[in-house]
Amino acid sequence: MTMGKSANRQENMPLAEALERYRADRVVSFDVPGHKQGRGNPRLTEFLGKRCLSVDVNSMKPLDNLTHPISVIREAEELAADAFGSKYAFFMVNGTTSAVQAMILYACRRGDKIILPRNVHTSAINALILCGAVPVYVDPGVDRSLGIALGMTPEAVERAIRENPDARAVLVNNPTYYGICPDTVSIAKLARANGLLVLADEAHGTHFSFGEGLPVPAMRAGADMAAVSMHKTGGSLTQSSILLAGERVDPGYLRQIINLTGTTSASYLLMSSLDIARRNLAVEGKETFSKVLALAEYARGEINRLGGYRAFGPDIAGSPGVFGFDRTRLPVFTREIGLAGIEVYDMLRDDYGIQVEFGDLGNILAILSVGDSELMAERLVSALQEIRRLKRRDPSGMFDHEYIPPQVVLPPQEAFYAKRRSLPLADSAGRVCGESVMSYPPGIPVVAPGERITGEIVEYIRYARDRGCRITGTVDPAAESIQVLEE
Amino acid sequence: MELWYTEEHTPDVRFSIRVERQLCSVQSPFQRIDIFESKEFGRFLTLDGLMMLTEKDEFIYHEMIVHVPMAANPDIRRVLVVGGGDGGTVRELTRYPGIERIDMAEIDGEVVRACREFLPQTASRLDDPRVNLLIEDGLKYVRSRENEYDLILVDSTDPFGPGEGLFTREFYGSCYNALREEGILVNQHESPYYPDYTRSMKRAHRRINECFPVCRVYQAHIPTYPSGHWLFGFASKGIDPLEAQLYRWERLGIETRYYNPELHRGAFALPNYVISELKDDA
Repeated sequence: MTMGKSANRQENMPLAEALERYRADRVVSFDVPGHKQGRGNPRLTEFLGKRCLSVDVNSMKPLDNLTHPISVIREAEELAADAFGSKYAFFMVNGTTSAVQAMILYACRRGDKIILPRNVHTSAINALILCGAVPVYVDPGVDRSLGIALGMTPEAVERAIRENPDARAVLVNNPTYYGICPDTVSIAKLARANGLLVLADEAHGTHFSFGEGLPVPAMRAGADMAAVSMHKTGGSLTQSSILLAGERVDPGYLRQIINLTGTTSASYLLMSSLDIARRNLAVEGKETFSKVLALAEYARGEINRLGGYRAFGPDIAGSPGVFGFDRTRLPVFTREIGLAGIEVYDMLRDDYGIQVEFGDLGNILAILSVGDSELMAERLVSALQEIRRLKRRDPSGMFDHEYIPPQVVLPPQEAFYAKRRSLPLADSAGRVCGESVMSYPPGIPVVAPGERITGEIVEYIRYARDRGCRITGTVDPAAESIQVLEE
Repeated sequence: MELWYTEEHTPDVRFSIRVERQLCSVQSPFQRIDIFESKEFGRFLTLDGLMMLTEKDEFIYHEMIVHVPMAANPDIRRVLVVGGGDGGTVRELTRYPGIERIDMAEIDGEVVRACREFLPQTASRLDDPRVNLLIEDGLKYVRSRENEYDLILVDSTDPFGPGEGLFTREFYGSCYNALREEGILVNQHESPYYPDYTRSMKRAHRRINECFPVCRVYQAHIPTYPSGHWLFGFASKGIDPLEAQLYRWERLGIETRYYNPELHRGAFALPNYVISELKDDA
């Protein structure tokens, strides 16, 4: 680790360096955490390592406090803001979920309208339950051959704003899980001209600010806030994240909003990982992502040459709702070989020892990073070839879409807190749903609280479960019954 | 001055050879390549510090990886060697006049170059006109071939490092697909003795089993490999090495120092603890 001030400010890691000083000072601790630099829990220390445990500490004067940062955390956040080209940056320790929720809780109070595509992550729907905002869903459009939802078009957003002049904010996925970006620049311009706040779920776009040839990062596109999942493609520890905010945001109020649900014992392991990952992105990001991009393009080309699979990429740009595509991502459409994505996902792990990010009904998604090599990519390509050779089936009769347009009856909060009862899934068609049901990942609800359950939804959930998807979100752990509203 | 080469066979077991001088040290994009000269073993090649071959005992490995499948089917015409950059396997293959073509897919051209310069004992036959040398990832090469080879020999490093992809189910499946109807796959199968190697052996064995109807394991005594007890995997689409008409091989009149028809049969007779490890599914 480089210590001391460097000429390039982004080389500095104020929080990580403060922790190094703390460790070197050999402070005797009569505070929490009770493991006391690991001495109180030798088994854990052996498992995670002494160095790791020695900086798992409580907030204290020399190490600042995330709920009210004034020294090293603040400096680290300022460096992060600079690196991402935003006015403010907030370290988050409860995942990008907490960042998405903070954006929505900041922008909306009970009854306020927010314009968003329905293919949002469950964290956005949950924020609506928390604050009582009312969603105005914009149809994201569907790619006919792949069956996946795309992004909102500026025209559709404009229509939604015209029909809902009282809307407070618009939320965009920049990008979707599959790497698809809408025309965020035009959407932001429109929204700002109409006085709306622009929020971006950029969970899968951390690297946009640092690589070349990637889609426009949300803050540069004109967003007021963006939730960037540093741990996904940025290299920090799982659960650490950053919320970026621009000049139209009141940072003091946003901090209060974050603290409503944020921990008062923020993990220094997570925060220092953000500090170090930010340094790496700022200093080495360009080189890193050019390598990742080349590897992804190589794998995409090889998979497409196998036949049967479609490793889609920039070729899907051009449909309405697809303005950009993140070429470091490697989604592969599998339905043409008669296998659901989730089936290929399971075979890759169980038979070939290869773990990919997710499989849904028609696709798998592989995520590449600087840790991967061409030899590893080759294993994925060869395994896919073998699966096609050995397991190919007739694709007729397969479920051919991932996205079902919602029929909204009530706002999510009202439905979630209404009188509910449990019904077997099979008998629930026609009722209003009281909870979210989703496959995880990707964690986009198939049905959300306040939406009507249709026969198609019931069939989708049944089919997804049969193919091996993990159905989550329901009160019932087995997800065989579903909470519906009393009539 | 004393200069010793040391390999850690386990964190608690070391194997050392006194070195006279170092002939070559190269860092390739894949691994570190060293060639030393010693009194006891002659010249020897290490990759990432692990022993690959010595001039004194390489004949055992190379004879056993080649002559067992060649005796099981003397009609083999087309052969693919995956790895084998030192050339020893190719050298043994070129002794069969019936072989028409030997493709060799070695990922690291630097290994071939170093061995050509410093290990002519193994590399000398790489220039045989039947040899087609490809500097390429074996996994990538094999998956592009179909119904083309009578024999594939996997002469690889251990499954930690660039050789990792050659111990996977996707590789063995691709080999199956690249072999003809009478095809045979032989691979270096690690060792049954030290636990780290046993794990690799079991995993390789299980994965080959999933891909080929006939799977057998045979052994050889290789003094400079960890524990000295080394295994080879024999897999085929139907040919059973124990039903080989070994008189056909004897008629070829190939002179060998380790291999012979009696040993061919005996090599497949495994110790009980090895049999039970191979049966164990974990």
